[in-house]
Amino acid sequence: MTQNGYFARDTQWHPPALTPGYKTSVARSPTRAKLSFPTSLSEETGPVFGHNILGPLDNDLIHNFAAADQSAIGPRIVVYGRVLDETGRPVPGALVEVWQANAGGRYRHKKESYLASLDPNFGGCGRVITDENGCYEFRTIQPGPYPWPNGPNDWRPAHIHFSVFGQGFAQRLITQMYFEGDPMIWLCPIVGTIDDPRAVESLVAALDMTRTIPMDARAYKFDIVLRGRRQTFFENRAEGL
Amino acid sequence: MVQSLNLLKESPSQTAGPYVHIGCTPNFSGIDIYGGDLGTTMKTGPVQGTEITLRGAVFDGTGTPLRDAMVEIWQADANGIYPGNDPRGAADPHFTGWGRSPGDMETGEFTFQTVKPGQVPWRNGQLQAPHITFWIVARGINLGLQTRMYFADEVEANAADPILSRIEHQNRVPTLLAQPDGTGVYRFDIRLQGDAETIFFDI
Repeated sequence: MTQNGYFARDTQWHPPALTPGYKTSVARSPTRAKLSFPTSLSEETGPVFGHNILGPLDNDLIHNFAAADQSAIGPRIVVYGRVLDETGRPVPGALVEVWQANAGGRYRHKKESYLASLDPNFGGCGRVITDENGCYEFRTIQPGPYPWPNGPNDWRPAHIHFSVFGQGFAQRLITQMYFEGDPMIWLCPIVGTIDDPRAVESLVAALDMTRTIPMDARAYKFDIVLRGRRQTFFENRAEGL
Repeated sequence: MVQSLNLLKESPSQTAGPYVHIGCTPNFSGIDIYGGDLGTTMKTGPVQGTEITLRGAVFDGTGTPLRDAMVEIWQADANGIYPGNDPRGAADPHFTGWGRSPGDMETGEFTFQTVKPGQVPWRNGQLQAPHITFWIVARGINLGLQTRMYFADEVEANAADPILSRIEHQNRVPTLLAQPDGTGVYRFDIRLQGDAETIFFDI
């Protein structure tokens, strides 16, 4: 009846709820122990998104908000990679939604107060669904760093937000992608919510000069790993045997 | 030395930040794209079962509602089947099972127009009480919070439920119960901290 469930999350690898260096977490972090249960059908199933929901420009942030014959301003890049689970298996059909600031570090949002200019040709969102090999790709401009109200002089490194669905709702994940070589990564209180520097490094996309589009865009590779699904030789046996 | 298990590590979570709505509900944010936001409609035609409305908000430790959260729900159809990839069979073809709400920009209140879910088996085959899985992300939340909403008017099913009945602090169980108002509307508030802190799940 049941599938075999998902690997437990490694709470030492993920950021804890309370991270005072990131001030907003102080009043928004649960204080009591979480209730642990193995996954059941309620978490092992999840919504399925068909490729038919996608428009031709959904994965092209350079053009998907731009006026005709216009394009977003900024360093043009391709971001590509695979969505895998912890066993290394590709996750096909995974909806990946991304959002980011423009090249000046400004978001298109009414609550955004940074003085940098909006780009009239940049909306800042895109989406893509992984293919049968778990691969995805989108085109965008490299976002700028920006200051944010936390400490008196805190800056976010250039980053792209990722929202990822797996095959089960237990795999649901939101994270952020950073850029190789950016010295701002290690100064950021939000990055600093993650204790293990190896975990931070797993969010840093690598420059890949083999995937550039000549005379057009550089390329960054960013693989995303979702919780692994248990698989056992005995999985077809009835409970209790 | 021993052989390596060759397992990968899950990508660590990072907060959804204050602008999650740009990426996940862009039309709500004023960005006209995709032909509409995903998850705004859970019913795509005449549905089986009892149609209900869920309302609530997410409150921080000071009692202030979050106005920059995103709430997603995932649930079975009225017969207890999950749409999409349930190994037990096909669900109501007019029901998606998945909803996403950015909350009201001023009050933070989320609303879902859905159906009351049927009972779904636990790992041992025992039926669970009807429930809806919630996933909450926002600025200041470092890892998306998962919880479940049960129905306060399902007294017998709740008492027999394999999860609810095993919670050590039974005085916290009401934090998981949506309260009916008698007109098909259920209220489910989520509290991140305080005496009535919602039970969150590591599941």
